[in-house]
Amino acid sequence: MLTAAEWAIVALSLKVAFAAIALTLPVAFALAWVLARKAFYGRMMLDTLVHLPLVLPPVVTGWLLLLFFGAQGTGGRMLQALFGTTLMFRWTGAALAAGIMALPLMVRAIRLSLEAVDRRLESAARTLGASRLRAYASVTLPLALPGIGAAVVLGFARSLGEFGATITFVSNVPGETRTLPLAIYTALQVPGAEDSVTRMAIASVVLSLAALAVSEWLVRRGGGRAHVL
Amino acid sequence: MSFDLAIAVPRGNRTVRVRIEPAPGITALFGPSGVGKTTVLDAVAGLVRPAEGHVAIAGTTLFDHAAGIDLPPERRGCGYVFQDGRLFPHKSVRDNLLYGHRLAPPERRFLSLEEAGRFLGIADLFDRHPRTLSGGEAQRVAIGRALLSGPRALLMDEPLSSLDADRRDGIMQVIERIRDDLALPILYVSHDHAEVDRLASRVVELG
Repeated sequence: MLTAAEWAIVALSLKVAFAAIALTLPVAFALAWVLARKAFYGRMMLDTLVHLPLVLPPVVTGWLLLLFFGAQGTGGRMLQALFGTTLMFRWTGAALAAGIMALPLMVRAIRLSLEAVDRRLESAARTLGASRLRAYASVTLPLALPGIGAAVVLGFARSLGEFGATITFVSNVPGETRTLPLAIYTALQVPGAEDSVTRMAIASVVLSLAALAVSEWLVRRGGGRAHVL
Repeated sequence: MSFDLAIAVPRGNRTVRVRIEPAPGITALFGPSGVGKTTVLDAVAGLVRPAEGHVAIAGTTLFDHAAGIDLPPERRGCGYVFQDGRLFPHKSVRDNLLYGHRLAPPERRFLSLEEAGRFLGIADLFDRHPRTLSGGEAQRVAIGRALLSGPRALLMDEPLSSLDADRRDGIMQVIERIRDDLALPILYVSHDHAEVDRLASRVVELG
């Protein structure tokens, strides 16, 4: 079984991953909706920007975050001036890095599920007396829900595994930013810590498989036509 | 209680023009496929916007280009029976039927769920889901859903096209009863002569 210190690392990883999802889900949903439904100038540009964390080396994403949210960066200075706080070396910074790495995957999953909903059902709802918003909330949203759920699980798994952007952006601070992947990496540098590595690796596999199982179940429950990956 | 409309609706690179004078009973929009019959129904329902003209049902103006009136679909009270049914797949038959009923102002409702169930012969289907219905059953439910929303008029887009001959007769009887018992004005799209001859009191040819 895991030691107390390892449990603390699992708990920190879960905290970071949940915070990352809570942060990213509304943003991902808004982006997915815009990309699925709206035609506007600069759409390709936005699409590319959203996908950037997926194609860039994570270290580069982390470095860009560091530039922006570091003590000298625009975002870092704003946070300091407005709230007297910083993301540097904090678990909140780890959550931001994980959230940004999860963003493209979540946008893709939600966008696909929104695009799969027959828009003519929305017009049917309108003719039956539903406002645009009500038609959306009572028809499109429930039909897209399995996809949104799958996006959450996928983003969650991605956040749990985040390494490169996190270690570059907020370093590897025990108890603050040392999540499971960072802890495994750190333990690998220490002679004789093989057992700890094994235990934490198993914990990672179990968490990821659990997330994947939930995701599969959500998609199947939605009729099995949607594919997340 | 009837339609009064004259509209020009852009559709692709041409314009669909139609004029319908008030008349009781069923007005059929007749013409070959692709001529824009569905576009006219969509314009009456408020799903597409005509470039010019006006749409009124039973004296209520729904659209008037010159006067700047353009009610959104949810305020037009058009019970639209789509060619492809468009039942909500995630809701039971009962919830499909009640979707518009719950949103309708009480004074506009003229049928209850139970009455609609008897009227259309779908009372046994309430707990089913749309994907388990046959074509004829689904079409009856779609008609019931439109009627229960307390519409000013019915728009029917080839409601028989996906049905075999036996089912067609059943649905046609239902439509005749809506015309005679409920006295709702109906705009009926079809490309079938026999259907139009049997049901419509007036035919407007398109194309």
